[in-house]
Formats: sequence, structure tokens, C-alpha cells
Amino acid sequence: MIYRRFFTVPTFRFRHPIDELYRMRQQLEQMVEDAKAPNQRVSAGVYPLINLTEDKDNYYVRAEIPGVKGEELDIQVAANNLSITGERKIAMEEEGAKYHRKEREAGSFSRMIGLPGDINPEKVEAKLDSGILTVVVSKAEAAKPKQISVK
Amino acid sequence: MNDTQSKELKVREKQEVASPAEQTTPGLVFTPAVDIFETEKEITLLADMPGVKADDLNIDLRDNTLTLIADVTPADDSNEEVVLMEYESGRYYRQFTLGEIINQENIDAKLTDGVLRLSLPKVEKATPKKITVTSG
Repeated sequence: MIYRRFFTVPTFRFRHPIDELYRMRQQLEQMVEDAKAPNQRVSAGVYPLINLTEDKDNYYVRAEIPGVKGEELDIQVAANNLSITGERKIAMEEEGAKYHRKEREAGSFSRMIGLPGDINPEKVEAKLDSGILTVVVSKAEAAKPKQISVK
Repeated sequence: MNDTQSKELKVREKQEVASPAEQTTPGLVFTPAVDIFETEKEITLLADMPGVKADDLNIDLRDNTLTLIADVTPADDSNEEVVLMEYESGRYYRQFTLGEIINQENIDAKLTDGVLRLSLPKVEKATPKKITVTSG
């Protein structure tokens, strides 16, 4: 695909071929640079946004859900999928309140996250602390990395 | 009026801001989403600040300028490896100019589930006095 693009550039024939090679080199360098960029954010576009991290034993799923109470959340695991469903409520204020700004939104949400490895559904813990939900999902024994000692 | 219940929440990226002053510590700065409304007695401000602890929140009101600054301690510890990252955390910063005169003594701030509720009572205006003219 990339090669084809190089040769259909309309200015190709008016330029010196060396210029074109130089441009190709720049593009390749850019591609390498892009591939190296760490933590590139790719959003699924579903509320809430999620950060997924892992260590040797667990997956950690974190989400920012300010104003949601623990009892309004429904968290389930099935196979390698974790689903988070809930509703964010914003209480009505007293009558006669005049709004200057209203940027916060209320509504329901439901999100499914596929975890990259096998998990142990018996060991899932969720905790909500100052608006941040943390779900710790234990990896299945078989999915944990094993240290192999060299004899 | 509970019409907000059925609506599905949409993703909103956190709004990053260029901080007004140069920072001594590196990091990202975000604008919290706020609701501001007023009644006859007070102005109330609600701000979404997930991850902020009461001790890390700094509310400053001087010369009609209200400043909210909050630091967030990163939730993950350093030996976790990132698999997917959809949001970033950093400090929160937002500033407002208030039109009303606020009774500084009775400002009340509460932080629950990552939402700040700030009550700014207005200074009571002199109640209009009715002057009756008696003819005699």
C-alpha cells in the first residue's frame, strides 16, 4: 500500500529522483518514530474510559466515574470479558436554582472489556475510591508467567 | 424532572489546559467539568474531580476570583505494565470570576465520590425599606 502511494505521487516526474528518495526516507523515519511512541491512546468511544494495566498476577481495570455510588454499579465477569454497567445520577437541585453552567452529564452506561488473557473468575475485586473504580482481576494460573530456572 | 435517567452517557475526553503559570513539577493539567447554579441565598458549584482526595484540593477565593487546584496521586503503582490507556490523570485547575459578593466565613466544601460541592453564600443585601409618607 505504501509503495503504491510513493509511485502515484503526481509530482514525481517533475522532481529529481533523489528528492523522492529523500522524501521516502523521511516517511520511513516517521513510521519508525510513530511505532516507538509509548502509551498511544486509542479510545473505544464507550463510557467510561478505561485504563488497563497488568502485573504478574492480576489485571487492573481503572475507570473514572465521579459521582457514581458503589451500589449503582453492576460488575460481571464472563469468560475473559468484564462488563461494567451503571448509572450516573445527578440530583435535581432545589426549585428556583438558575444555572450558569451545566457541563456535567447524567445517564446510564454499559461497557464490556475483553481481557487479553485467561482469568480466574473467582478472584475479582472491585473498589471505588473518590470517583475512581479499580477492578482487580486475577489471572488464571495457566496464564501467569512461570519462572524457569536454568540447570 | 428526572429525564436524565434514560440517556446513555457519552464519552467525553478530559479537557487538557495550558496552565496559566509555568509549573515546577511536570505533568498534565485538566479542566474539571462543572455545574454552577445560584439561588437567592447562595451560589453552588459542582465539579467532577475523580481521584482527588480532600487533602489535595485547594480552593482559593480572593478578589472575586475563585481558583480550584487539585493534585491527583497516580492510582497505579509503578510495577504495573500498561496494556491499554484511554485516559490520563493529572492535576485539575479551573478559575472563575464571581459577580456576587460572597460571605467568606460560611463557604462550605464537600468532596464525595470524586465530586466537589462548593457552597458560596451571598452576602445579605440590605433589605429594602419601605418608607411611608404620612400626610398631616
